[in-house]
Amino acid sequence: MTSLAGGLKSGLCVLIVWSVPHAALASKFNMRPGITEMSVRVQQIHQMGLWVCIIIGLLVFGVMFYSMFAHRRSRNPVPATFSESLTVEIIWTLVPILILVAMAIPATTALRDIEDNEDSDMTVLITASQWKWHYKYLDSGISFYSNIATPQEQIDNLEPKGEYYLLEVDNPLVLPTNKKIRFLVTADDVIHSWWLPDFAVKQDAIPGFINEAWTRIPVTGIFRGQCAELCGLKHAYMPIVVDVRPEAEFDAWIESQRIAAELAGEAAVAARAKTWTMNELLTIGEATFVKHCATCHERDGMGQGDKYPALSGSEIATGAIEDHLSRVMEGKADTEMQAWAPQLSDLEIAAVITYERNSWNNNTDDIIQPITVYEAR
Amino acid sequence: MVAHAQTIHKQRHPLLAFAARWLFTTNHKEIGTLYLWLSFGLFFIAGSMAMLMRLELFEPGIQFIDPIFYNQVLTLHGLLMVFGVVMPAFVGLANWQIPMMIGAPDMALPRMNNFSFWLLPFAFAMLLSTIFMEGGAPNFGWTFYAPLSTTYGPPSTDFFILGVHLMGISSIMGAINIIVTIINMRAPGMTYMKMPLFVWTWLITAFLLIMVMPVLAGVVTMMLTDRHFGTSFFDAAGGGDPVMFQHIFWFFGHPEVYIMILPGFGIASQIIPTFARKKLFGYRSMVYATISIAVLSFVVWGHHMFTTGMPLFAELLIMYLTMLIAVPTGVKVFNWVATMWRGSMTFETPMLFAIGFVMMFTIGGFSGLMLALVPADFQYHDTYFVVAHFHYVLYPGAIFGTMAAVYYWLPKWCGNMYDERLGKIHFWLATIAVNLTFFPMHFTGLAGMPRRIPDYSLQFTDFNRMSSMGAWLLGLTQVLFLYIVIKAIRKGAKATDQVWEGAEGLEWTIPSPAPLHTFQTPPIIAEDAVH
Repeated sequence: MTSLAGGLKSGLCVLIVWSVPHAALASKFNMRPGITEMSVRVQQIHQMGLWVCIIIGLLVFGVMFYSMFAHRRSRNPVPATFSESLTVEIIWTLVPILILVAMAIPATTALRDIEDNEDSDMTVLITASQWKWHYKYLDSGISFYSNIATPQEQIDNLEPKGEYYLLEVDNPLVLPTNKKIRFLVTADDVIHSWWLPDFAVKQDAIPGFINEAWTRIPVTGIFRGQCAELCGLKHAYMPIVVDVRPEAEFDAWIESQRIAAELAGEAAVAARAKTWTMNELLTIGEATFVKHCATCHERDGMGQGDKYPALSGSEIATGAIEDHLSRVMEGKADTEMQAWAPQLSDLEIAAVITYERNSWNNNTDDIIQPITVYEAR
Repeated sequence: MVAHAQTIHKQRHPLLAFAARWLFTTNHKEIGTLYLWLSFGLFFIAGSMAMLMRLELFEPGIQFIDPIFYNQVLTLHGLLMVFGVVMPAFVGLANWQIPMMIGAPDMALPRMNNFSFWLLPFAFAMLLSTIFMEGGAPNFGWTFYAPLSTTYGPPSTDFFILGVHLMGISSIMGAINIIVTIINMRAPGMTYMKMPLFVWTWLITAFLLIMVMPVLAGVVTMMLTDRHFGTSFFDAAGGGDPVMFQHIFWFFGHPEVYIMILPGFGIASQIIPTFARKKLFGYRSMVYATISIAVLSFVVWGHHMFTTGMPLFAELLIMYLTMLIAVPTGVKVFNWVATMWRGSMTFETPMLFAIGFVMMFTIGGFSGLMLALVPADFQYHDTYFVVAHFHYVLYPGAIFGTMAAVYYWLPKWCGNMYDERLGKIHFWLATIAVNLTFFPMHFTGLAGMPRRIPDYSLQFTDFNRMSSMGAWLLGLTQVLFLYIVIKAIRKGAKATDQVWEGAEGLEWTIPSPAPLHTFQTPPIIAEDAVH
């Protein structure tokens, strides 16, 4: 009996700890309320569901445990003989229906508001691909890729892991406060899912579909999420970071991005005009390779099995330059090898190809200049 | 017939005779044994895969298996547990028990029975062999969503498709056999409303199987033609629709979930009355509740897809229908509790597992109800909360149900009692381990950990360690189960024909161990007899 009572007591403790609305505990044991009006409502619906389950659970399990204690053979040697009662069957069919209706009402009203994508102030197009996010501000035309920023050394346990291990990116999505922001979500290759828990927004990114979601963020800050749909090899390494700024700061940021894009255009023109040395290209190429290519082909160029082939000694990386260039720029259909032409600058593509042709066991001595890439576009 | 078979066996090498006996057997008890051992073997293989994943998840970072292999193990674990462990275990129990419980001499279609079993070892050998293939095993999760499994799937995907076809054919044949047996071969006087609930739940399960397994066959065939014959069912670039894949898959997948639990409901409904020494409360409502659950299972598949961008109307409709399932499920739980109420209970191992089944399945049911609330589902979907939910209904649900059944009927099958003390130790260890493994997953999921990842950010470390330690304990515990079963088969106290004091039903009227052929003359069920 002690074991039963003990089990009941520890079970109760777990449930109580689980439901204590204490902030520190809540972040670890319970769904966080998030920061938007909608995420708070969603958390309340969750909390309602949880309480209904806890109360019904305590009642049902309480009756079961009492029965196991009081109606064991040593205490109740002669069993009762009843085995049917229409009345109780009707009661325990109708009462749950009423509880369910009560639960469905707030869920329905919240859902109606969640699905109301009308009257937005701005729109961000989110395009997922293996294994990165692309953000495009449709109102200002700014766009960029967002890649994981956690170094491979931390993943391989060669360096201590940082505070935001696996939850950090190179270019966060910057958003303003207090605007109704509409997200259009789609994908280039497989299905991904854009999830930001603090906004209570999770929307599948599906190739061929454009899904909608929205949020209105009342506070500034950095908020983090992850891809939520299995999307292949690096599904775990596809974080989402949102940097929320006051409206004025956001406008300044958009302006700075516009200038940066212009400068990048000028830099690209300058890069084309210049003839780069092998060493310059190798330095830039290595950085580009580590950031974008080593995910599959590995830093030592040995790849990972047949699906992610080795570049060291490979036909493409040691064969005709034109083939190498077109593979990098256009990718390979129906594989994770994507087209890099829209993602990388002329200089980066030239540098990474030069790097691949002159690293590991590859000694072609070939140098590709940005102008070659520009002309191939 | 028996004598004739023995003379043939005598002329052969003993090993050949052994192989011939099991290869060609058409006896429902022997085929039941084959199913159960296949399931048991695959349970250890698929369980080892889970332990391997938990090893990698013990700490953040990549330590033991790289992501490329993790995704393969993840996929095979799910496929094997669903198609290779839970389903064959239930079919094995059905083979052994249904003829004995309805007073039939054998299954209605014995040769088909043999064929439907012997397809399975080949299907699973083929599925497992993909690990050693170029490009590795399937790596897209057991739900094999397109286009990850079609355009981007490894070459071994085609072996997976053929494997699924073989399992599907096996399941359809098994289900037809069970339906035909139950409809045609009940002992005189056993009306439908006198059938034991295990038979009832299996009859309903079998109908679910023949309705949805062809749908699964359809979806994998569409995958095959997408991969090799230039169709674009699921390829958006060719005018196809990746979301349609999910609709078709889950139209199979949701009834499949109930296929994996309804026979467990039947088992609990047999065991609890026996050890409460009191008739099952609300037999009729139990039958109607099971039928309601089965019917509803066809109209709620969309709740797996709330984040795919469904229209509001569809989300609301599916939410209401899904919540409605809680009603018949609740009725079942209340009826079990009412059966225990004012009974005269003892707690032998089958009863412990049955009570564990009811309680922990209910916990899984609760999280299922929470998942039905669409706004909250947006936060739960594809997190460890979902992993916790379906493992609670499958491990302490389907698996504990099977274990309860094995402890309950094993003395009838082999004629010896199992070691009661070890059985109780097995129950308590398994219960502690199952909760240590899966309860913390609720927390990691609510805190925001996505599922199907080999590596996670630091705040999830503590609960993942608990889950990992629980999982290893859980795996080791099942070695004890294997030992208990083998020990009981080899020796042990002789079981009486009745075995359990409070047991009722035809299977307890025949000798222990049950002879190879039983009820060759059907028993007569009295007019006034109840289920």
